[in-house]
Amino acid sequence: MIFVSLFFTFLKIGLFTIGGGYAMIPMINDEVIAKGWISEADLTNFLAISESTPGPFAINMATFVGFEKAGFFGAVCATLGIILPSIVIIIIISKIISKFLNNKYVNYAMQGVRPVVVGLIFAVVVSLIYAAFLPNGFDIKNISFASIIIFAISVVMLSFKKTKNPILIIVTSGILGIVFFGLFNMR
Amino acid sequence: MKYWKLFISFFKIGLFTFGGGLAMLPFIERTVVEKEKWLTDKEMIDMIAISESTPGPIAVNCATFVGHKVGNILGGIVATLGVVLPSFIIICIISLFYEKFIEIEVIRWAFLGIKAGVAALILFAGIKILKKSPHNLFSFAIMLLAIEISLFTTVKTFWIILAGLIIGVIFYSILNHYEAKNKTEEIETITEDVNEEPVVETEEGDNL
Repeated sequence: MIFVSLFFTFLKIGLFTIGGGYAMIPMINDEVIAKGWISEADLTNFLAISESTPGPFAINMATFVGFEKAGFFGAVCATLGIILPSIVIIIIISKIISKFLNNKYVNYAMQGVRPVVVGLIFAVVVSLIYAAFLPNGFDIKNISFASIIIFAISVVMLSFKKTKNPILIIVTSGILGIVFFGLFNMR
Repeated sequence: MKYWKLFISFFKIGLFTFGGGLAMLPFIERTVVEKEKWLTDKEMIDMIAISESTPGPIAVNCATFVGHKVGNILGGIVATLGVVLPSFIIICIISLFYEKFIEIEVIRWAFLGIKAGVAALILFAGIKILKKSPHNLFSFAIMLLAIEISLFTTVKTFWIILAGLIIGVIFYSILNHYEAKNKTEEIETITEDVNEEPVVETEEGDNL
């Protein structure tokens, strides 16, 4: 039953996404792409769409996958799945707030999991870069110079406070994509 | 009435913030602390700490927290629905047109470029979390290990995160235990204050 499966998959993703937003991508890779619900290309396309539309990334993602897979009701199930762990956990913690914040074991666990989350995110970056720079597999002749240039420009933009707006990055790299891939017919 | 206000406030927060999670915090603060006075400054800081250290999207965690404080469980649910609904509606509409949209050639070129831009965006999101991680060799080693496991094995992300939580508890318990022990020894030699010793003893029991 696809609705139940969507609900529980996103429940699991909601439960194990710590640090919000992009920390969820490795779980999406595992649970959603592995199941063949969306393709890897859909995920990167959708990351861009999600950055340029309002609202939390996780909700956008759940709604998108649910809708692609099983229409409106699928979107409802996936979205409910991803918010349920938050609602339950936060309500419980609100009742014991001071104890939770001062609990040293919670603190230790967080210190342990943060570098792990960073590692997982960097692993995603590595595979994204691989897919963008070498679109035809590991063949140095087919390296995409256009992608490398766009990546470099984005990194430079992200390093400056004035230009580090995600929407600006998406729009710029989109325009550069049209120029390089479309007009100049670059690889 | 207060439920309606919660709903509308968080609906606006969901509608007008791009970039999700952390980008929402300034907007949430303006609404929740300055305008409606639902939380004090200190409670706002506590809320951010909790939202970042519990599972789930940060925006949803914040909405639930504020809603619960203002109107208990029903308040939590109402505020959460408010923050989620704008995304939900917008994305449903986009999904309707997604496949046709992505087939247009110009759009296809644009998204080829965006692919590289998104890689850079995610890289910087990782660096942001890296800055909040403990800066020591152990944490660096864990990060490298996580990259390697994630790239070269089929171990699921779920287990890698769980392992990180458990390793954190074990490693920092042991570390702090030894640091505390060294400290108490120092104190003992100076003032012979043995008050802390029983606490240290029970911790040792836990670790074993």
